[in-house]
Amino acid sequence: MRVTRALNEKSLPIIRYQQLNCIADRFAARIANNASPKNIKNIMSDALTVAERRRPWLLLAPTLITLAVLMVIPMIIMFTYSFHVYLGNGRDQPDFYLGNWAEFFTDGYYHYGIWQTARIAAITTVMCALMGYPAAYCIAMSRFRRKWMLLLLLILPFWISFIIRTLSWIHILGEQGAINATLRWLGLISEPIPMLYNEGSVIMGMIHFLLPYMILNVYVSLEGIDRNLVSAARTLGCTAWQAFREVTLPLSLPGLAAGCLLCFVLAAGSYVTPLILGGPSNFLFGNLVFDAVMAELNWPMGATLSMVLLILLGAIAAIYSRYMGLSRIYKGLSR
Amino acid sequence: MTQGEPTVELRRVTLGYGGFIAVKDVDLTVPTGTFVTLLGPSGCGKTTILRAIAGLVPALGGEIIIKGRRVNDVPIHKRNIGLVFQNYALFPHKTVFDNVAFGLKYRGVDKAAIEKRVKRALDVVRLPGVESKLPSELSGGQQQRIALARAVVIEPDVLLLDEPLSALDANLREEMRVELKSIQRTLGITTIFVTHDQEEALALSDCVVVMDHGRIEQAGAPEEVYRWPASRFVADFLGQSNLLPGQIIDVANSGATVRLSGGGEILVRNGAGAQLGQAVETVIRAHRVMVRPPGHETGPNLFDGRVQSVAYLGGMAAYVIEGEIGVHAINTIDRQIFREGDRVQVSIAPEDCVLLDDKGLRIGH
Ligand SMILES: Nc1ncnc2c1ncn2[C@@H]1O[C@H](COP(=O)(O)OP(=O)(O)OP(=O)(O)O)[C@@H](O)[C@H]1O
Ligand SMILES: [Mg+2]
Repeated sequence: MRVTRALNEKSLPIIRYQQLNCIADRFAARIANNASPKNIKNIMSDALTVAERRRPWLLLAPTLITLAVLMVIPMIIMFTYSFHVYLGNGRDQPDFYLGNWAEFFTDGYYHYGIWQTARIAAITTVMCALMGYPAAYCIAMSRFRRKWMLLLLLILPFWISFIIRTLSWIHILGEQGAINATLRWLGLISEPIPMLYNEGSVIMGMIHFLLPYMILNVYVSLEGIDRNLVSAARTLGCTAWQAFREVTLPLSLPGLAAGCLLCFVLAAGSYVTPLILGGPSNFLFGNLVFDAVMAELNWPMGATLSMVLLILLGAIAAIYSRYMGLSRIYKGLSR
Repeated sequence: MTQGEPTVELRRVTLGYGGFIAVKDVDLTVPTGTFVTLLGPSGCGKTTILRAIAGLVPALGGEIIIKGRRVNDVPIHKRNIGLVFQNYALFPHKTVFDNVAFGLKYRGVDKAAIEKRVKRALDVVRLPGVESKLPSELSGGQQQRIALARAVVIEPDVLLLDEPLSALDANLREEMRVELKSIQRTLGITTIFVTHDQEEALALSDCVVVMDHGRIEQAGAPEEVYRWPASRFVADFLGQSNLLPGQIIDVANSGATVRLSGGGEILVRNGAGAQLGQAVETVIRAHRVMVRPPGHETGPNLFDGRVQSVAYLGGMAAYVIEGEIGVHAINTIDRQIFREGDRVQVSIAPEDCVLLDDKGLRIGH
């Protein structure tokens, strides 16, 4: 053991030296072979990459360490938790127990939770796309000098707490809320219309919170489209609408797809909105985790469900970007 | 300039963006089959005029007429225009075939005919067999040719080219310039070309239109514009010129005599209309100032001088001459190149001088 290390320590500089030599040789040979100024620049950058290979890692280190400490390690701990045995009364015991997973796979309630989550997240995403695209288009195409102000307006709601924004819907949709009060004042209804604590209000709240993400994503990709492309399509015989369909829409799809993915994942992972705006039956999968951990103090089951949600959303993101070919579309666009 | 029915006519056209007037009261006639170049410094409104012909910029005033039809109110897609953009503007998500076929598809051409015409267009631009590639897989010069193919395949009434060569490197540019001209000739397509490269303009065009600040300064055949600049701007912008201030001291049938402020008197042949005592500027092209050994020539406008500096340009040499007259000269080097300090004789043909009045406009002619 000691011998090997000594050898390693000694041989390391030698190897480095040899490597450098080797690089220098290659360098010289290649310059001799094709020595134009342009080529020399390429060759130099090739040779330098070896010496500078460590630099990106150094630059990435803070992020990677933060991610490891705050994400990866806790998730691993969480994963081990899912094999603990729940003893009741908020106590559990380390073990290699598959009961939590078995419960998830056999209990239809959880499966219904997944289905409901997917459905509500999908509806939210589609609504966000339908509402967000025109808004993003208007901002991107606006001749308004201070476009940044329009974008600022979009981000403005983020300055108010998410909880307060969600709670504010109660004052709009509630029995004493703005809409019912107005309708009653106008004499159009005598009894308040129940608008809160149902699936509609949950979706409404989620759209409220997710729409800016969609608009920003679509906006960025619209902004990146060369205006001349539309002009070119027009001169080649397209009406404004046809040019939109042929050029603007397909070229903004990467942004739309990214926005959809983001909205779907954020919607499917949320639990506060259904908690505040939903009725007892309008729960999402996140609420099941919340209940397991906060209400029942059943950490092992909560950990299991969290892992399920993580795996499902991760898989969706992976499959999505694989089949939507996001990276491929981007590659086609970058010249 | 070739005679013929005009394909494009602008009549007192004014164009602008918001409150800003970019082009004012421009008249332009482009005869069928000709190659017309808009030349001018950056921001003078060249692109704006092209976009107006294509319908991308509305006319604030005046009339735009294509093939005898007033098109001011005709939407873009109903004008039959081929436009090649400065940055090519190929559709990045469509293959080369779909790019070139695009205009045909919207003209309702049937599939078989589209295929044939796309193939022929790609042959014309000498890029056969790239149909299934994406634009990003092509080099700059190739993309440029595809853009050209896409524009000509629809057989447009007029082909508009907005600095199509500016993104290419010098060698490729030269090559594409020749190719562009030959394609234009082969197809006999009326072309309006925009550039701020004067060499390109002079080399390619049947007619050069020199613009400045949204106005047309002069339009005419390349030799004519080069030789007879209509204004100080054209004289200064096109080629290298000596602009020598002076005063008319004699007017005769054979021409006018100018006393130059910098010393010397010069006989000018083309000065009909010049008034005695009028302050003028004499324009002499640097290429038309002949530098000779002393005592070499006889005739009018001979000046003794000394070579103050010389720059070797390959086949040419650029001299700065001081002495009786201070001028720049660019001469071919036939036998000898003069050195700094050499005594020389400068001769200027009276026919090669143009007089400008105090407003910078040409006198006479
Ligand atoms: N979209 C626009 N909005 C406002 N002003 C514009 C716009 N496009 C051009 N202009 C202005 O109109 C004038 C003419 O522009 P144009 O693009 O026609 O110049 P150009 O001659 O093509 O210049 P270059 O050689 O640099 O391409 C310029 O002063 C420019 O600032
Ligand atoms: Mg331009």
